[in-house]
Amino acid sequence: MSKGGQKIFSWSRVLAVLAKEFIQMRRDRLTFAMMVGIPIAQLVLFGYAINTDPRHLPTLVEMGDDGPATRALIHGMANSGYFDLQGVIGADGAGTALASGRTMFVVSIPPLFEEKLARGERPQVMLDIDASDPVAAGAGAVAMPGIVQQALKPYAAPGEAPVETVIHRRFNPAGRTAVNIVPGLLGVILTMTMVLITAIAITRETERGTLEALLTSPAQPVEVMIGKITPYVAVGFIQTGVMLTGARLLFNVPFLGNPLAFLAAVSLFILVNLSIGFLFSTMARTQMQAMQMTIFIFLPSILLSGFMFPFYGMPVWAQTIGQVLPTTHFIRAVRAVMLKGAGLGDVWANLWPLLVLLGAIATLALRRYRRTLD
Amino acid sequence: MTENVIDVAGLTKKFGAKTVVDGFDMKVPKGSIYGFLGPNGSGKTTTIRMMCGLLKPDGGGGTALGYDIVTQSREIKARIGYMTQRFSLYEDLTVAENLAFVARLHEIDGLRGRVEAALDEYELRPRANQLAGQLSGGWKQRMSLAAASLHDPQLLLLDEPTAGVDPKARRDFWERIRDKADNGVSVLVSTHYMDEAVQCDYIAFIAYGRKLIDAAAADIPKEVGLRTWRIEGGNLHEVYKELSGAPGVDQVARFGAALHVSGRDIAALARAVEPFRADHEVMEAKTGMEEAFIYLMGGAEDNFK
Repeated sequence: MSKGGQKIFSWSRVLAVLAKEFIQMRRDRLTFAMMVGIPIAQLVLFGYAINTDPRHLPTLVEMGDDGPATRALIHGMANSGYFDLQGVIGADGAGTALASGRTMFVVSIPPLFEEKLARGERPQVMLDIDASDPVAAGAGAVAMPGIVQQALKPYAAPGEAPVETVIHRRFNPAGRTAVNIVPGLLGVILTMTMVLITAIAITRETERGTLEALLTSPAQPVEVMIGKITPYVAVGFIQTGVMLTGARLLFNVPFLGNPLAFLAAVSLFILVNLSIGFLFSTMARTQMQAMQMTIFIFLPSILLSGFMFPFYGMPVWAQTIGQVLPTTHFIRAVRAVMLKGAGLGDVWANLWPLLVLLGAIATLALRRYRRTLD
Repeated sequence: MTENVIDVAGLTKKFGAKTVVDGFDMKVPKGSIYGFLGPNGSGKTTTIRMMCGLLKPDGGGGTALGYDIVTQSREIKARIGYMTQRFSLYEDLTVAENLAFVARLHEIDGLRGRVEAALDEYELRPRANQLAGQLSGGWKQRMSLAAASLHDPQLLLLDEPTAGVDPKARRDFWERIRDKADNGVSVLVSTHYMDEAVQCDYIAFIAYGRKLIDAAAADIPKEVGLRTWRIEGGNLHEVYKELSGAPGVDQVARFGAALHVSGRDIAALARAVEPFRADHEVMEAKTGMEEAFIYLMGGAEDNFK
């Protein structure tokens, strides 16, 4: 063997590969963003945003009476930190307010409350809870009797409870988590598959060069889009059907509301997700990039939409991000329909944001798509 | 009066700050094969895309098949056959499925029959049910031509159709192109290969987004205006080194056992080769297409520096 023979192992060759790998890593912005961005995002989300002992949950008051004791009670609730008193509703308003997801608690002060209290008749204070998310509602419900006793102490004889606190868990009296998670899961699964499948299916055409042939054919961009997206709409509905059946058979999740409202929410949501996938496909050059982009929408959709953790338990900034995510509105709508028996009117509050998102994203995507070759 | 299937003037395209095509003019007479030559990155593909309405030019305009390339791209797309540089059919569909898909996009009447006829005409029958992704380069190319021709286009735009295809398949391909031209189909074909350039009726040479020359193929050497001397015998390696860059010498190219020394200044060129008469055989030669193209390519390369 000659003196210049090849070494069996060479550090400089290792170094050559290593240096090359770093250069490529730096050039591939998306992968780099994932490597740096995802740990940071997760850290911030899990550390700050996620709170399984949520406080300051939206609360409405049904004022059957008004007076010093009533105000002391409301004050006490606000000071406890569990309740965020956002306003007053009339009698009978509790049901709709809770079903639409506008509030999590409704506290009802009965008529003649002050008078009965003064006479020592132990009037009832009722707390209606949206228990569809047992985790979110739990802490406030447990704390309520104590808060009431404390606030009304001056009005009671020593050692006696001044009022009777009645907790009314609506929609999920048994507090089963599956009931809450399954409808949310529908949102998450649709987000993942619809966005990913669409993004990849269209990017594949760009990557393989077949898109150019499509564009030179007489087929209009809109025709191509409709033709490409429709099969995936069908896939979305099949997934929904499978999930609903599974939820019913395996977890006995109820379906109380209007099927039409459900259908409207699912259709809108599928379209929104397809348009996101479509938008990604106009930005990604390869299927791999499309996949990475999907993760950026998928992760917040799981963590900030109220699927995994109580929405109102998050700080305001996280809620703001959550409000922009289609999954957030969809999950609310589906929970309302399935668990709370909501109809079209009740879920409208969650449907219009989806409509707005659909319009905005689809417009953006179509504009970008036209410039695909330019 | 000859009818032009492509008539564009002043075509300009910018990508960001970079001007990719700059003031490009071209007239393609009906029924001709027009060769479109130039180095990689010279703007051939961009020009072809503008001609079929796929890209909007930033300046200039014109017609393809009599339709405005900016405002009537739908009419153009329906009447041309475009073969992209990259294989652009579906690798996970069979040959027959691919052809049927293209036929449907063009809403061809009697779809089944048309596809069957194409399978026979292009001798694709034995591969009809094979996935396109499994075909070799030559088969893919023939299938692409079949797909691009399925709707009987009057104009074929072929973007480097023979790249990466073996010589036999290339010859077969050119024979089909010639047949089409004889039947009145006009063809604009971009290529790298000089032997293919010779087969064209007209040639345009583009470099760095600008057209350098544009003439009937036979006139190209004359248009370039080169004189050529042929040097044989002795140590040609030394001669090559000495003549490269000498006054009056625009280019020295090796052709087998001889050197072809070309230049535009007749007198200076003659003076340059004079000293080599002693040890070598020096004679005047006819400037061929090859010298002309090497010369043009050389000039083009300078453009990039």
